[in-house]
Amino acid sequence: MAGPSLMASLFQRSIDDVIKGLRHCPPGTEPAYIAKSIDEIRSEIKSTDPQMKATALQKLTYLHSLYGADMSWAAFHSVELSSAAAHSHKRTAYLSAAISFDPATTDVILLLTHQLRKDLSSSNSHDVSLALSTLSSICNPDLARDLSPDLFTLLSSSKIPVRKKAIATVLRIFEQYPDSVRVCFKRVVENLENPDMGVLSAVVGLFCELTEKEPRSYLPLAPEFFKILLDCKNNWVLIKVLKIFAKLAPLEPRLGKRLVEPICELMRVMGAKSLVFECVRTILTSLSDFDSAVKLAVAKLREFLIDDDPNLKYLGLQALSIVAQKNIWALVENKDLVVKALSDTDVNIRLEALRLVMCMVSEDNVMEICRILISHALKSDPEFCNEILRFILLTCGKNYYEVVFDFDWYVLFLGEMARVPHCQKGDEIAVQLIDIGMRVKDARPQLVLVARDLVIDPALLGDPFMHGVLAASAWVSGEYIELSRNPFEIMEALLQPRTSLLSPSVRGVYIHSAFKVLTFCVFSYIKLNGDDSSFPSTLTDSVCKSDDQVRFDTVAGQPVSDIELDDQNMIVSNGQTSSAYSVTHHLTQESLLALVNLVEINLGPLAGSNEVEVLERSNNVLGLIKLIKPLLLGSSENSEGDKMKGELKASEAVKLIFYSCSEDLGPVSVNAQERIPIPKGLVLKNNLDDLEEICGDIKLPLLTSFSLAKPQTVDASGNAECHSKEESEPSTESTSLLAEHRKRHGLYYLSSGNIGVTSNDYPPAHDPKDKAIDEAEDLAKLTVKSLVTGRKPSQSKPRPVVVKFDDGEVANIGKNRTDIKADLISGAVKEVLLGDEATTSSSRRKPSSKSRREIDESKNGVSNSDKSELSKAGLGSSKHHGHGKERKHRNSAKDKERDHKDKQRSDSAHGKHRSRHRADKALEAQAPVIPDFLL
Amino acid sequence: MIRGVIVMNDQGKPRLIKFYEFQPPEKQQELVRSIYRILCSRAENVSNFVKADSLFGKDVRLVYKTFATLYFVFIFDHSENELAMIDLMQVFVETLNKCFKAVCELDIVFNFNKVHMVLDEIILGGQVLETSIEEVHTLVVMLGACTDQRRPGAPSCAFVPVSEQPSWKAMPPVHLCHLFLVGREDSN
Repeated sequence: MAGPSLMASLFQRSIDDVIKGLRHCPPGTEPAYIAKSIDEIRSEIKSTDPQMKATALQKLTYLHSLYGADMSWAAFHSVELSSAAAHSHKRTAYLSAAISFDPATTDVILLLTHQLRKDLSSSNSHDVSLALSTLSSICNPDLARDLSPDLFTLLSSSKIPVRKKAIATVLRIFEQYPDSVRVCFKRVVENLENPDMGVLSAVVGLFCELTEKEPRSYLPLAPEFFKILLDCKNNWVLIKVLKIFAKLAPLEPRLGKRLVEPICELMRVMGAKSLVFECVRTILTSLSDFDSAVKLAVAKLREFLIDDDPNLKYLGLQALSIVAQKNIWALVENKDLVVKALSDTDVNIRLEALRLVMCMVSEDNVMEICRILISHALKSDPEFCNEILRFILLTCGKNYYEVVFDFDWYVLFLGEMARVPHCQKGDEIAVQLIDIGMRVKDARPQLVLVARDLVIDPALLGDPFMHGVLAASAWVSGEYIELSRNPFEIMEALLQPRTSLLSPSVRGVYIHSAFKVLTFCVFSYIKLNGDDSSFPSTLTDSVCKSDDQVRFDTVAGQPVSDIELDDQNMIVSNGQTSSAYSVTHHLTQESLLALVNLVEINLGPLAGSNEVEVLERSNNVLGLIKLIKPLLLGSSENSEGDKMKGELKASEAVKLIFYSCSEDLGPVSVNAQERIPIPKGLVLKNNLDDLEEICGDIKLPLLTSFSLAKPQTVDASGNAECHSKEESEPSTESTSLLAEHRKRHGLYYLSSGNIGVTSNDYPPAHDPKDKAIDEAEDLAKLTVKSLVTGRKPSQSKPRPVVVKFDDGEVANIGKNRTDIKADLISGAVKEVLLGDEATTSSSRRKPSSKSRREIDESKNGVSNSDKSELSKAGLGSSKHHGHGKERKHRNSAKDKERDHKDKQRSDSAHGKHRSRHRADKALEAQAPVIPDFLL
Repeated sequence: MIRGVIVMNDQGKPRLIKFYEFQPPEKQQELVRSIYRILCSRAENVSNFVKADSLFGKDVRLVYKTFATLYFVFIFDHSENELAMIDLMQVFVETLNKCFKAVCELDIVFNFNKVHMVLDEIILGGQVLETSIEEVHTLVVMLGACTDQRRPGAPSCAFVPVSEQPSWKAMPPVHLCHLFLVGREDSN
């Protein structure tokens, strides 16, 4: 045995050998080398020679830490080696444990308990330090529970380095095992008076972490912290104390009054920038009600902002964004510097500056700021340019365009943003274009102009990032075509050859818009001719009316309110009176025929497209053309009875289609879907597995029939002549298709209000009972009226109404639940601080099953619980109480609290719910129970 | 709290990885790679802070600094002061410099244990323990008896801190913190 072991140890490669080998590895062979080394380590680590084992473990730790090699298999060897006599071996073992053990999953951690305890009580302070730092790395609830008594002893160790480390380790122990607070907390607090800076720094650091999680519990310690703030000269400690006060001050107004002066003094006197910055931040976050202090802080902040050091500038800007929330003047005062920072070389600084600039945006300056920003965007690199665009869109779109007063300007500006080179925010712009179209009726004329410019520009079609914007523009152009000056122009733009560059879905939107434009033109033509009395106008009108009635009866399943009908007629008449006025000039039979031909030529080939979206849309348009063409051609010929009838039918159909298209689309509440009550008898939570079995058979044939249908449609459109006799049929088909489409849309246009919906009935598209839509209708009426009476001058016009819903369309965000562990700690801390033996169930709740039994015991009675507590802690009860007494004289006010607390406890003893109890406590903390800390 | 300390070279090779909350090894490697990607995209003479919300969660950021061929990275949350972190990094680097007598990348490569030892004296469980270079140095020297001080070959490069006093006292540290490069280690 000795022989081979000796040989092995002689020839064992040291960690340096492994590192050298790794460094000389040809590129790519590293993993193989590591695998080979690990194979060696596997055999070496089993050695009984501690030196050999230690070297192997060291190599493994190295490979694990820096090269990600797995070493979970070696966990036991770390434990084994930790009991080695030599400190260096022990160090190797503990280091490997600290680096590789996962507190949640490594089982052998528990085997380390004994060795850790031994080392914690060792006389060699290096061993103790080592054990402490290992413990803080791998602490889990069991270790924390078992070792908290040992830690308790170390908290008053005479060796400063040990005591420091023990204090730092306590944080992990508290986190993992909140009950340990009861044992250790007093000792921790005592260390606040330790004259040694290292110890003080550690304690204050510990409290800083604890207050971060639940500040209220530590309010009673404010006097101690305040003393440190006044007396201490160490910057590290002061920074941490300031951090603690930043959390405590908002909870206790009296604290703020006392704090302001010392902090301002520190700010004036101190040269260390880190401390000054902390003072500034504390004042801006937690003491922002003290004007003079804020002024001083902002002055200091300005020093940061004009500093050449980019770090200081960056932090200064960040602090400025804190102050901007409450004291916007501070931001305005430093506006020059912020705007200058927009062109800084540092991305961090530019982003911060941008954020601040956006904070300054208000109704009055939004135009100016956007102008500045867009010029910056044009100058800067693509990434930042898009960041600017993103911020502009976000800020202007916030709260339903809260800051936007002049929508004509904003819509133009959106168009401008879309044209910024490198713009990648096309989708966001598109969303806003459509959203404004739906929400802000007054903005529509300008919107149509902007959309026209975008759609018409052939250059934009090549940029894939623009496709979203183009789709939106096409949609706007089609939807509000009655506001357009020249529908023919729009039609040409929608059909331009370069549209082949668009993605199929966008192209679908284009074709559908073309459909709407065509319908509009033909409808206008019919209407015009009707007025010209080539049709008996009364007849058309009556047809029109009755058609409307029929349509709504069939589609919506219930009569439509007069408002809606009026509204539609208004749109039409409006279109004819104002912008479509020019249309009437163009609208001769020839021009319309030319238009129809143009459409037919361009869309004809698409009827064989592979893309369903394109195919279907273009077939819709072609179907429509088939329907209207005879009408156009026929009316030039001498009228015959049959022809007349056919025309009449066709014109009816066109009207039907037009009406169905010109229905005003409103915005949809985000919560619309949620508001639909689930019908009785509909169970949504059932498992659908059974259904799948049934539907499995149905699905397949459905799919195949669909794919078969495609060539059929192509054929149908190809042999258009064959079907020409049955014109009326496809027309009704297309209208019914549309109606179906609207029906389906109807589902998504449901908003507020309770609508009794049965499971297989589609809800009507626009329910007159619907509150939000009612509002929208009222609004529509209003705006239409204002349109009729004449436009107001654009300068002095009031802000257009933006349609919004009562509920704010904001999805409910779940309230953040506080961390349970933090809760437990603070519960325990409160007990310790407010009353020595107080027992509430709050901190007794322990996830570990082992301690649950003890908890139950403890609930039986106070004394009982105390005993179990102390015996668990392994301490003489006298010792514990002794400390309690020592502390009692510190603050008589605390005794008062305790009395109060005792009363409370008797209240809560009757199995009160924990949360309620906590709420009581919170109240109590706010109420006069808190002593006058600083007097 | 300090969430982690990473030292890596300008090729993205990690030299020291220490997280104060357990991270599985694959995650560690991944984090190092993402941090490296961020760092090498940043220009010189810009601010040293990087928001790391996407990597470590809300409010966590990192501060980095280049010393010769090495990036030193501290990851911390909002209970630490940003400027103090820069100082702490300076303390760490100067301590290493003192312990290794003009430290260079090779020292850190070959003294895995000792670098951890130094770090453990400065930070424990994510909390700052000691900020005095002298104190840490004394402790490490005391412990040094147990650790081999071998340094393979004569290092041709070293990065030497310029500052004579801990920059902590007079904060605007960036110019103080500029450690200049005597030589460069060839890439590994």
